[in-house]
Amino acid sequence: MDLQNIFSEIEKKDPEIYDRLDSRRNVMKQFGRVMALTAVPFALGSMLKKAYGRTPSDVLAVLNFALTLEYLEAAFYAEAITHTSLFPTAASLNAFTTIGTHENAHVAFLKSAITSSSGTPVDKPTFDFTAGGTFSDVFTNYATLLGVAQAFEDTGVRAYKGQAATLMENPTVLTAALQIHSIEARHAAHIRSMRRASTGNTKIKPWITGKYTDIAATQPVYNGEENEVQANITITGITSLVTQDAATESFDEPLTKDEVLAIANLFIVQ
Amino acid sequence: MPNVHRRTFLKYAGMSAAILSAGSVLSSCSDDDTNDGTGVSLGSGDVAVLNYAFALEQLEAAFYTQVILTPYSGISDSEMTLLTDIRNHEIAHREFFRKALSTGAIQDLQVDFSTIDFTSRDKVLAAAQTFEDLGVAAYNGAGKYITTPAYLALAGKIVSVEARHAAYIRDLVSNGTFSSNADSNGLDGAKTPTDVFAAASVYIKTQINTNTLPK
Repeated sequence: MDLQNIFSEIEKKDPEIYDRLDSRRNVMKQFGRVMALTAVPFALGSMLKKAYGRTPSDVLAVLNFALTLEYLEAAFYAEAITHTSLFPTAASLNAFTTIGTHENAHVAFLKSAITSSSGTPVDKPTFDFTAGGTFSDVFTNYATLLGVAQAFEDTGVRAYKGQAATLMENPTVLTAALQIHSIEARHAAHIRSMRRASTGNTKIKPWITGKYTDIAATQPVYNGEENEVQANITITGITSLVTQDAATESFDEPLTKDEVLAIANLFIVQ
Repeated sequence: MPNVHRRTFLKYAGMSAAILSAGSVLSSCSDDDTNDGTGVSLGSGDVAVLNYAFALEQLEAAFYTQVILTPYSGISDSEMTLLTDIRNHEIAHREFFRKALSTGAIQDLQVDFSTIDFTSRDKVLAAAQTFEDLGVAAYNGAGKYITTPAYLALAGKIVSVEARHAAYIRDLVSNGTFSSNADSNGLDGAKTPTDVFAAASVYIKTQINTNTLPK
């Protein structure tokens, strides 16, 4: 941890930081000792809020938006792993268990981050993982189960990506969000590998090619991924090895909050 | 082919160090990761962060170029296909940064993969896992230093692809370990540029002046 550096940087910009924190000076001395290491970033956020008297509401809104998505994912995996006979191998059940563990951890982490910033975590919605019947066999058909899992993970990646710029004003929260974002991408890659193996469809790869999906109902999750131009630079053909497919695979694209909610709301009853 | 590939190939093919150094007038050829302010300058501010990413993408692209040029023994068709994809992604990233940075871009770096046995599946995949996890942690750790929203967005577009690579490679090493590096909060790694360069320096011959990177 670079806490000493963080405080000295703050002190350079605001020499009165320690006075603002006044009696919390002692708290800081005990900081590393008392708190679990993983809790430190948000304890720091909380202290800075006390020092400056604000937590920007847009950062809290992003955290609650993320929490809603994590509730969705966590509840999905919790339900899925109760249907043990659905899973053809121990490895497939283990993968779902692993991912579910992470999603639960993300829920707990985001709730504590929101609370420590004096925000109120949103309530867990009631979910319908059939999406009103679109995926009616989600918990009885392994193929559907994996298809929905892939859609959730790829949506999660795009959702966090779309919120990064809003978090720039809070480096601690930004870093944590990036750390969740890349774990979601790892989940997505693994689910996609599972589907590549179980379907035999080699167009399904750990990465997203164009806006390809083999499940029509999940197309909104992939629209926009066909982008070939980054910062006004055309990636296709940037060298002879970079085909159109490679160009689109090389960059994942963000979704706006509204686009994500349009997808998530299909699974949210209230 | 860019110079870095040719140099890598020559090195792998066992050409003498004398020939290698003759082609690298600009680099000081030091493996020393202590920084005395000499070496290739990354520039300052956001340019420094982007050059830092460019350096890492050069390293990854050179590595996978070698992997595909001299596939490890027993490589499967599926592995060849997907590792070739990864090579092409890393080249796309590298060339993107080269163009985006334009005249501010650092030179082609000289890499040194002499510690990696490219004939061994285990050794290649272990190195690939190191590169991918390091790349993810590097982007995650550098995000907060970026001051231009568009650059942060681009870093975000790339880092999740690196994470997909990392998950695939980890599953090749041991299926199910795609995200085993997460901490108890389910968070991926985030490393400072200093820590990343310390880990990568064994593979980069060109000395880089990291003093201007945000800390």
